[in-house]
Amino acid sequence: MALSNTTIDQVRASVASGTTTATAFAEEHYARIAAEDGPSGDGLTGKGINSFLALSRERALAQAAKIDAQAAKGEALGPLAGVPIGIKDVLTMTGSPATAGSQILKGYMPPYDATAVTRLEAAGAVLLGKLNCDEFAMGSSNENSSYGVVRNPRALDRVPGGSSGGSAAAVAAGFSVATLGTDTGGSIRQPAAFCGVVGVLPTYGRVSRYGLIAFASSLDRVGPFTTNVRDAATMLSVLAGQDALDATSSDRPVGDYVGALAKPVKGLRIGVPAEYFGEGLDPEIRAAIERALDGLRADGCEIKPIALPHTKYAIPTYYVVATAEASANLSRFDGVRFGLRADEAKTLSAMYRETRDQGFGPEVKRRILLGTYALSAGYYDAYYRKAQQVRTLLTRDFLTAFASVDAIVAPVTPTPAFKLGEKTDDPVQMYLEDICTVAASLAGICGMSVPCGETAAGLPIGVQVMGRHFDEETMLRVALAIESGQQ
Amino acid sequence: MAEASGVTMDEVLRVAELANLDLTAEEVPQMQHNLNAILDHIAQLNELDTTGVPAMAQVGEMLDAAVESTGAALRLDVERPSLDRKSVMAAAPESDGRFFKVPKVIER
Repeated sequence: MALSNTTIDQVRASVASGTTTATAFAEEHYARIAAEDGPSGDGLTGKGINSFLALSRERALAQAAKIDAQAAKGEALGPLAGVPIGIKDVLTMTGSPATAGSQILKGYMPPYDATAVTRLEAAGAVLLGKLNCDEFAMGSSNENSSYGVVRNPRALDRVPGGSSGGSAAAVAAGFSVATLGTDTGGSIRQPAAFCGVVGVLPTYGRVSRYGLIAFASSLDRVGPFTTNVRDAATMLSVLAGQDALDATSSDRPVGDYVGALAKPVKGLRIGVPAEYFGEGLDPEIRAAIERALDGLRADGCEIKPIALPHTKYAIPTYYVVATAEASANLSRFDGVRFGLRADEAKTLSAMYRETRDQGFGPEVKRRILLGTYALSAGYYDAYYRKAQQVRTLLTRDFLTAFASVDAIVAPVTPTPAFKLGEKTDDPVQMYLEDICTVAASLAGICGMSVPCGETAAGLPIGVQVMGRHFDEETMLRVALAIESGQQ
Repeated sequence: MAEASGVTMDEVLRVAELANLDLTAEEVPQMQHNLNAILDHIAQLNELDTTGVPAMAQVGEMLDAAVESTGAALRLDVERPSLDRKSVMAAAPESDGRFFKVPKVIER
């Protein structure tokens, strides 16, 4: 079977029927990674995509053998039986290092599995390895990884987006049928749009964060990348659900995400927020989204203009809240219990400072400093409390909008994937990359990126579908209708 | 809001100390420049009157008002195994197998 266009259902069916084996699938994907993920030039024949940081061959092949034995005996197979899946390197998985893209965790072998990892494997997934990302998931281009940049498989001179750049690139390159990413301010949706794949931000509390190396705990979420909407629904049905190990995971019943896809979208009310279609929006992206909206209209949806009046404050709010939480979360990296320790230090406090100076990259330091400043005496009310109040206003915007619409459609990014190195000199410019994604992050609603065409230059375009809290079903239905309209 | 464009070098150093970060001589002016640029952008929040608006730490609290059974739920208070000590200690930079070892704590 050709690797490109391989869907979860195809893998599962061909493993179940004995057409092929989970082991063969895993080996085929490893062969492709070996051929293309590595560097190019100097006699090397890779494409320099650099999506995988570590391969977990032993664990993957043991799981594949187990699935193949089950299939041979005709036993019932899980929904992800034999499906090769890669894991963003901010999630823990025993047997593989967990670096979070940082030198401070170089070589760290975690003693437990993230809940998302456990759930995927229990459903039959074959976990191929760990994927490159911006250091501690801080970045919008994957250029902040301390293990090298990731290239966009659709345009090798461009960024894959971030921070889950490796996760998006691995799916786009056919290295993995699906991957896990994390999204704090756009880190699943934006790289999905840049690489032309599907990426889902589940509602806050829908998927356990246990085993996720924390960046900003009130914003961090785990979600899937896939090549198509149906696969995303399958992945979400495996990942979703309460977890005793994450107190913020919700006990709400998990929906039937795959079943929901059979329901037509006729009669759904789709909100279009004018604030997301401002001056900076690339005209080709605007046109592609308008075509997607025309398609939804033709399917019987009612398209309604809505207002999300506080949208322009989402970026400043996010960069206070996220950095404040990061400054607290990252204080655990001190050279005592895991990861790097500066050898030379004579005293404990010098050891903390030198370890952190050597281990953290510039963007991480920048955010720790900003967050520490915003929380420090005399500035707490002016920055942190103010941002938390504006977060309330941003969330109210969505709650008001969702009283009159069932889903919201907007751009994911104002521009298609930019060139490597284009924005690295100006942190504020890089932060503005998140302009269409951070509001949903702050409000805790679900959102996703679905491919909706490409630019004249052949760069992928994504459209964002946002849904009510815990209404992933409606979001996925709208996304499927948009995807179907592309064919 | 406080002076948005006025973070001094001294303040950068003070915040770095609070955050247990040793900045190099080159990093200090760079960080000062970056922080001021970002804080200028953040100053936009001052345009909004937020008098009487509750602060939101996490989305669960917004939803609890509208819907029961969402957001944080406490787990049952029952005994369950924790991580194996050996596997945790194996990841430590320095350990005697029972404890984490660190450089001298009392510095005077």
